[in-house]
Amino acid sequence: MTRKIFLLTVITIFVIACGASSDDDPDSGNVTDGFDRGALLTNLADNLIIPAFQDLNVKLTTLKTDKDAFISVPDQTNLDVLRASWLSAYKAWQHVEMYNIGKAEGILYSFQMNVYPVSTIDVEANVSSGGYDLTHTNNNDAVGFPAVDYMLYGIADDDATILGKYSDAKYKTYLSDLINQMQSLTETVLDDWTSSYKATFVSSTSNTVTSSLNKLINDYIFYYEKGLRANKFGIPGGVFSTSPLPEKVEAFYSKELSKELALEALNSVQNIFNGKHYSSNTTGESFKSYLVYLERNDLVTLINSRFDAARVKIETLDANFSTQINTDNAKITEAFDALQLVVVSLKVDMLQAFNISVDFVDADGD
Amino acid sequence: MIWQPFFYTMNLSIKTYLSKNVSAAPLAFFRICFGLMMCFGMIRFWYHGWIDTLYIQPKFNFSYYGFEFIKPLGVYTYLLFVICGLSALFIAFGLKYRIAIITFFLSFTYIELMDKTTYLNHYYFISLLSFLMIFLPANAYFSLDNLLRKKRYETIPKWTTDAIKLLLGIVYFYAGLAKLNSDWLFKAMPLKIWLPSKYDLPLIGESLMSQNWFHYAMSWSGALYDLSIPFLLLYKKTRWFAFALVVFFHVFTRVLFPIGMFPFIMIVSTLIFFEADFHKKIIAFLKRIFRLETNKPSILKVESYKFSYRKPLLITLSLFFCIQLLFPFRYLLYPNELFWTEEGFRFSWRVMLMEKMGMSTFKIVNAKTDDYFYVDNKDFLTPFQEKQMSFQPDFILEYAHFLGDHFTAQGHENVQVFVESYVALNGRLSALFIDKYVDLYQEKESLKPKHWILPLKDEIKGL
Repeated sequence: MTRKIFLLTVITIFVIACGASSDDDPDSGNVTDGFDRGALLTNLADNLIIPAFQDLNVKLTTLKTDKDAFISVPDQTNLDVLRASWLSAYKAWQHVEMYNIGKAEGILYSFQMNVYPVSTIDVEANVSSGGYDLTHTNNNDAVGFPAVDYMLYGIADDDATILGKYSDAKYKTYLSDLINQMQSLTETVLDDWTSSYKATFVSSTSNTVTSSLNKLINDYIFYYEKGLRANKFGIPGGVFSTSPLPEKVEAFYSKELSKELALEALNSVQNIFNGKHYSSNTTGESFKSYLVYLERNDLVTLINSRFDAARVKIETLDANFSTQINTDNAKITEAFDALQLVVVSLKVDMLQAFNISVDFVDADGD
Repeated sequence: MIWQPFFYTMNLSIKTYLSKNVSAAPLAFFRICFGLMMCFGMIRFWYHGWIDTLYIQPKFNFSYYGFEFIKPLGVYTYLLFVICGLSALFIAFGLKYRIAIITFFLSFTYIELMDKTTYLNHYYFISLLSFLMIFLPANAYFSLDNLLRKKRYETIPKWTTDAIKLLLGIVYFYAGLAKLNSDWLFKAMPLKIWLPSKYDLPLIGESLMSQNWFHYAMSWSGALYDLSIPFLLLYKKTRWFAFALVVFFHVFTRVLFPIGMFPFIMIVSTLIFFEADFHKKIIAFLKRIFRLETNKPSILKVESYKFSYRKPLLITLSLFFCIQLLFPFRYLLYPNELFWTEEGFRFSWRVMLMEKMGMSTFKIVNAKTDDYFYVDNKDFLTPFQEKQMSFQPDFILEYAHFLGDHFTAQGHENVQVFVESYVALNGRLSALFIDKYVDLYQEKESLKPKHWILPLKDEIKGL
């Protein structure tokens, strides 16, 4: 009797399996069980990633133009214009740093764009020697936005002296090379997205360590934990060291911008989570809708409320984090703790819900 | 006394049972398969580079309570695997069997005790099985020892092959019992998390894996399978059907989950349930292919194998099985939810029973000044170790002590170690796992309930 029941169960399962699979759409490369992961990746690529890179590229091109103007006439007006376009590009950068995938990963893009604190010794050495390879790993802390921060705000104590420095052609050359390189790298990454990589990216929806879906999720969480939580708050706030390190804040030399950049980055990660388009209020398929599909509305609500709570904490901080650290570091660690709760939700709850293959050792399971 | 006749009959039937003999072929065949698979397993482990990544690379190893002295041996760890693999090969050939199986048991168990990060129920099963096989005459038939000793045996005591069946039966049945809980049966957890993530499987990925009914069907049939399979294998009428189920079930789980060789080990092991004729045919077939001859006239054919130390042996094995039957229930001695605290979770055939993830951040505090800093776990642990440590209290405690010692040695003063640990179990929202105000550096590992584990704010009913 049991034998018959079992046989019947096995046969039924097989029949259903075969029957259901027969009405698959053979044209579709995407896997769709009820949630379209291809649509998620397409939304991210078309409405968040590529627009962000395009915007960054436009702003870096403007930065280039303003830099050229400044180099030919290094006066206060041109310096102010240059600083403003640097800031607007730096803010756009906060929307792409997490996409360490495809070409960006291949050319170590983010390591050449935003490693801080900048090594002023390396920068000054490059300036005076005039011979350097900006792509070399030893120069990662002498290039990108933090290096420009130093070049525009830090090479002397006041603007008049800074402007004076630019009578020296060596400073002009280095500043020019830095900005040209940033724009050129960005264009390389952008061109790859728009020419061929997008198609590869959106079609790789399987649940493997190397699929773009899994890599993107891993990159996203890694960026949030390292790039945002640790670099912008934890490390300067001293939570990983015995004492605070206020000189390690982002945009250290411009002084008043670390909070603005951090808030921009937080908005960016929350927008990615919700699938909110770059510079528009429309939303599309995202980690959020994937969680909703998996019936985890509780988690969606929790993650968004934790993002919001972290934002509230950050908004109470001084515009210059290094001032904040020196006056009342407890507020920085409070913000860090609020950001940390989001790490828990993303890394523990969201990863558990998605049950994605993470790049742990591929040892056997039970 | 009214009980006397009962004991008398009991005693008599036990005596008759223990004196029964069966063909030596099934156990011999089992020995060959076991040896070959274990040898292959060692080679596979080496080939994947796991000796290096799991045992040599880590700066710190998680030890089992009471076995802290067992550590990886640096580059000599490779030698350990060589010894283990070679002894497995000797087992397969039935060459110096007793020495080979003892060597295998010791080396394999040593390997498993080096770091509990890699704990798997099936490794524990292999350790137990090889321990049991030390006492069984698996070289009585179709072995090189037959040639060396110029003696072979046609039959062996029935209880010897039955002992292996019993061990297999315990593994399955207890795995089934463990599934009788409200998460597994009434929430279809953790399959509800695991199966939908297999959406990329051909054929069944899109259609079946996300279906609610399928999660329940798999949960219930999985539990039913584990509970019934020992009995279905035991009775001749259902045996072939049961074996088909075994193959189907294990192949299916192998497709779904990265469980390595375990499914194949179980499939091959269940062949021991088949009649002697079946094994004799296979052995005859092997003899034909490899042109082997163990029936040479020079070899003395002995009818049945006799143990020299029968009584102490039977007592040892009875004890062994009593422990096996009772040990998985030790969790009843702990007050809190088993899945949450994992006190009494290991060594109990709780296989693929829960989806648990955690994140544990350690805080090193100077008790005098209240200065503190957080630890980056990546500085000390491999990603795999960090993953396993994050949700298992005994790992967390051991690591806290490691950190405390490390930073004290570095010159930090008045070191206290606190942890902020969040754990999510079977799709519940993550919650604080460890009391973050308890200085773990002052807590000692023991078998007593760990008071610093915060209770699960939910109830999981069942065994």
